[in-house]
Amino acid sequence: MASHGIKDRVAIVGMGCTPFKEHWDKGVDDLALDASNEAFASVGIDKDDVDAYWLGTAQSGMSGITLARALQLQNKPVTRVENYCATGSEALRQAAYAVASGAYDVAMAVGVEKVKDSGYQGLNAFPIPSDGTTRTLTAAGSFSMVAPAYAEKYGVEMDQLKRTLARIASKNHHNGARNPRAQFRKEFSVDQLCAMPRVAGDLSVFDCAGVADGSAAAIVVRAEDALQYTDKPIYLKALSFVAGNGSGLVDPGYDYTWFPEIAACAADAYAQAGITDPAGRIAMAEVHDCFTPTELVLMEDLGFSERGMGWKDIESGRFDLDGELPVNPDGGLKSFGHPVGASGLRMMFEAYLQLRGEAPEDRTISSITPERNLALTHNLGGYPGEMVSFVSIMGPTLD
Amino acid sequence: MRGIISHGAYLPHRRLDRSTIAAVAGTGGGKGTRTVASYDEDTTTLGVEAARRALRATATVPGALWFSTVVPAYVDKTNATAIHAALRLPGDVIAADFGGAIRSGVAALRAALAGGPAALVVTADIRTGLPGSADEAAGGDAAAALLVGDDADGPVVAELLGSGTATDEFLDRWRTPGDVRSKQWEEKFGEMSYLPLGVEAFNAALDAAGIDAAAIDHLVVAGPHARAAKAVVRKLGVAPDKVVDDLSATVGNPGAAQAGLLLSSALERATPGQVVVLLSLADGADALVFRTTDAIAQLVPSVSVADQAAAGAPLPYGKFLAWRGLLTPEPPRRPEPARPSASAAGRAEDWKFGFVGSKDRSSGAIHLPPARVSMTGGAIDDMEPIPMADVPGRVVTYTIDKLVYSPSPPVVFAVVDFDGGGRAPIELTDVDPADVKIGTAVEMTFRRFFTSDGIHNYFWKARPVAGAPTDTAETEA
Repeated sequence: MASHGIKDRVAIVGMGCTPFKEHWDKGVDDLALDASNEAFASVGIDKDDVDAYWLGTAQSGMSGITLARALQLQNKPVTRVENYCATGSEALRQAAYAVASGAYDVAMAVGVEKVKDSGYQGLNAFPIPSDGTTRTLTAAGSFSMVAPAYAEKYGVEMDQLKRTLARIASKNHHNGARNPRAQFRKEFSVDQLCAMPRVAGDLSVFDCAGVADGSAAAIVVRAEDALQYTDKPIYLKALSFVAGNGSGLVDPGYDYTWFPEIAACAADAYAQAGITDPAGRIAMAEVHDCFTPTELVLMEDLGFSERGMGWKDIESGRFDLDGELPVNPDGGLKSFGHPVGASGLRMMFEAYLQLRGEAPEDRTISSITPERNLALTHNLGGYPGEMVSFVSIMGPTLD
Repeated sequence: MRGIISHGAYLPHRRLDRSTIAAVAGTGGGKGTRTVASYDEDTTTLGVEAARRALRATATVPGALWFSTVVPAYVDKTNATAIHAALRLPGDVIAADFGGAIRSGVAALRAALAGGPAALVVTADIRTGLPGSADEAAGGDAAAALLVGDDADGPVVAELLGSGTATDEFLDRWRTPGDVRSKQWEEKFGEMSYLPLGVEAFNAALDAAGIDAAAIDHLVVAGPHARAAKAVVRKLGVAPDKVVDDLSATVGNPGAAQAGLLLSSALERATPGQVVVLLSLADGADALVFRTTDAIAQLVPSVSVADQAAAGAPLPYGKFLAWRGLLTPEPPRRPEPARPSASAAGRAEDWKFGFVGSKDRSSGAIHLPPARVSMTGGAIDDMEPIPMADVPGRVVTYTIDKLVYSPSPPVVFAVVDFDGGGRAPIELTDVDPADVKIGTAVEMTFRRFFTSDGIHNYFWKARPVAGAPTDTAETEA
C-alpha cells in the first residue's frame, strides 16, 4: 500500500475561467458553458474531442447530466463529484487519474457553482435529514476560533494577530485588484480592515471570502501526448487528498492552531512530487483563504513557515505578490468569492497562467526560476476539526 | 408510610424587572422581578431541569413519571416521554401528561400520593399575558419535581398525614387553547368563591391528619387568584409567620408549578418533625398535610430555591416580548433550520435526549456523539455508554456568531472539555457574550433549539455554572 501519485504522467493543456461575480444574468448552464468553451478554445479542440468529463459542483446540480445538458454532450461519460469546498479540485483529480490509467486520452474537469440564486447571503448547505443534534455555527464562527487559540499558544498579542490577519486580507485584495476575473477589485489598507465591525468572534466580513458565482475548466492528457495540444503544458507532480475523520471536534488533544488533515495532505503531496524542501522548490501557492486565520495556519501546515512563525513571515511580506513565495497572486477566495465547485480549478488556473508566463504584467510574479518553478494549489472543505484537504503541485517541465 | 422522598426546583436564569414594562407597554409593571424562561426553554425542558435536581439527591428510581403543565409543548403527543428520555429512566417506567389546568399539578401530586409505584411528579409552567397586563407582571416561569413513594422505595422525608379536597364549578380564570393570555372574571367573585372552599379542604385535611392549625410549622398557599390566596390565610387560624414566602417579589406566580415550587421551598428549610401544609386554590381547593421525618436532614438539594431566587440576570423587556412571540424582530437572513428527522432522532434517543456518549473500552476515548468505530486504535463495536449530562466541563475556546440562524441571535458557541475526558462543540445558553471566557466552568442543560414544522428540536446546551470561578490556570499554561 502506498500513495504513488502520478508525477509527470498527466499534463494540463488548456484551461478556462469565467469572471467570478454575482452573475445575476447567468445560470449554472451558462457558466459551465463559458468556462468550457474557453478551455476548448485554448487547446483548439471541441467537445467531441474530449473522451470523458468530470463535473464538480457542490449543490448547483446533480449527476453528470447537469454538464451533459449544458454542453449537449453526445454519449459521453460525465461524472458529477462533490467533496465539500474542494469539489473543483476533486474533479480535476478524477479526470487526471482517468487519463493516467489509459482509459481515456483526453479528459476535462469542469467546476461550477451558482450560489447567488439562493436568496441568502453566504453559503448554505443542503439540509440532510438528521437527528437535530448537529452543531449550530457558521463556517466563519468555526474558523474564528482559530485566532484566539493561535494567539494564546504562540504568545502573540491579539491586537497584533488582528493586524496580521488584516494584512492577509489586504495582500489578497491588492492582488485581486489586479485581476479582471476577480469579484472584488478594490484595495484595503490594514487600518481600514482593522476598523471593520466583528461578525463572528474577532472576524469581520472582510476576514471572510466573498460569495460569487463562477466556473473554471481544465483539459488533461497524458504527458507524452501533451505537446500535441500545446507548447506550454503544465505537468502534474502531485494530487493529494485527505478526508478527515472528524475527530478534531471531539478529541481533547486538538488545539485549533493547525489543521492535521492539511499537514498530512501536504506531506503526501510532497512525497508524490519528491520534494523535501517545499519553500526551496515551490515558487507560488494558491491556498484556500476562506477566512484570514485559515491562510495564516496554512502557511505552517503546508510547510512554508515554521510552527508559530507564520504570522512573522506574513508581516515580513514574504507571501506578497513581489515576495519570495507569493501566495494567492490572483487575489484568492478573498477577492474571487467562493463558488464551491469552481474554486479549486480557479486556483489551478492562476498557477497555469503564472507558470506559462501568461499572467497580466501587473501581477506577474518574479519568484519563478528554472530551479524553483513549481506551483502549489491547496483547497479545503469543512471546519477546524473536521475537514477535507486537497493539495496539487504542478510545473512547466518534466523532472 | 407514603410521602415525599426527594424534591427539586428549577428557576430560569433570566429576570424581567417589572419596572421596565410601563415605559414600553404604557401601563402595567410594578415592583420586583419575575422569572422568564429563555427562548430555548419550554415547559418540557423546564421540567427536565427540575426533575434532574430531584433525582440527583436520591438513589430512588421512580416507577412512574407524571408531568403537568398548562402550556404543553405538544398536544396529541405526550411531553412526559421527552422528560423520561432526558432522565434516562427505564423503559418500563410509565410517563404521561396531566394537562390543561393549573389544578392538574396538584392533582398529579395527589394521584402519586394515593399509592402505587414511586412516582416523580413534575410540574412546569410558562406564564404570559398581554403587554401591560397584571398577568404579565405577576406571572413567573418555573418547574418543580417531587418524588413520591413509600418508605420501601427510599427514605421518606415528608410523610403524608392527611388530605382534603373541595370541588366546585365556577368561572374565575379561563383560556382558550392556543391563546397566550388568560382571562379573569371580576376578582371579587373568585375570591368569594375560593374562600369557603379553601377553609373546607384545609379543615378536612387537618381532621384527617389529626392535628390542629396551631401545629403547622410551614403553610404553603398556592393558586392563581392572588387575593384569595392571601385572604384565605386569615380564615385558617395559622400565624402569618408560618406562611411560606410565595416568591412573588422575585419569581412571580408560575401557575401549575407554583404548588410544587413552594412546597420544595418549604421542605428545603424544614427540620425533622415539622408539619408542612400545602393549600392549593384552583377550581376548588386541595390541602395536603405532611410531617417531616429525620431523613429530611440528609436530603440536601443540589441547588436550593432560595439560591436560585436570589440569582439570575436581567432581561430587557423587548427581548421578553420577542421570546414570547409578542414582538417579531427581523430574523437573520439565513435559511431556517430543517425539521429534525423522527427516525434519525429515534435511533439517537440516548444521545439526543440523554446526552449519552460512548467510551472505547480499549483506549478510553470518549465519543460525543457515540460511535461504533473508535477514533483512536481502530476498535469496532467495543464501547460502553457514558452518560455525560451531569459531567461538568470547561470552555476551551469559543466564539460569538452573529451570522448563524438562531431564534435569538447571536449564538455563543464553545468547545467544551469535560472533566474526566470527552470534548464536544456546544452552543452556550444563559450567558451574556461578554461574560464567557476560556476556562469558564459549564454544566449541561436540556433545551429546545428551534421548532420546525411544529417539531420541537430538543438537545443539550452548556451554561456557565452559577458562582463557579473561571479556571485561569489553563489560560496561563
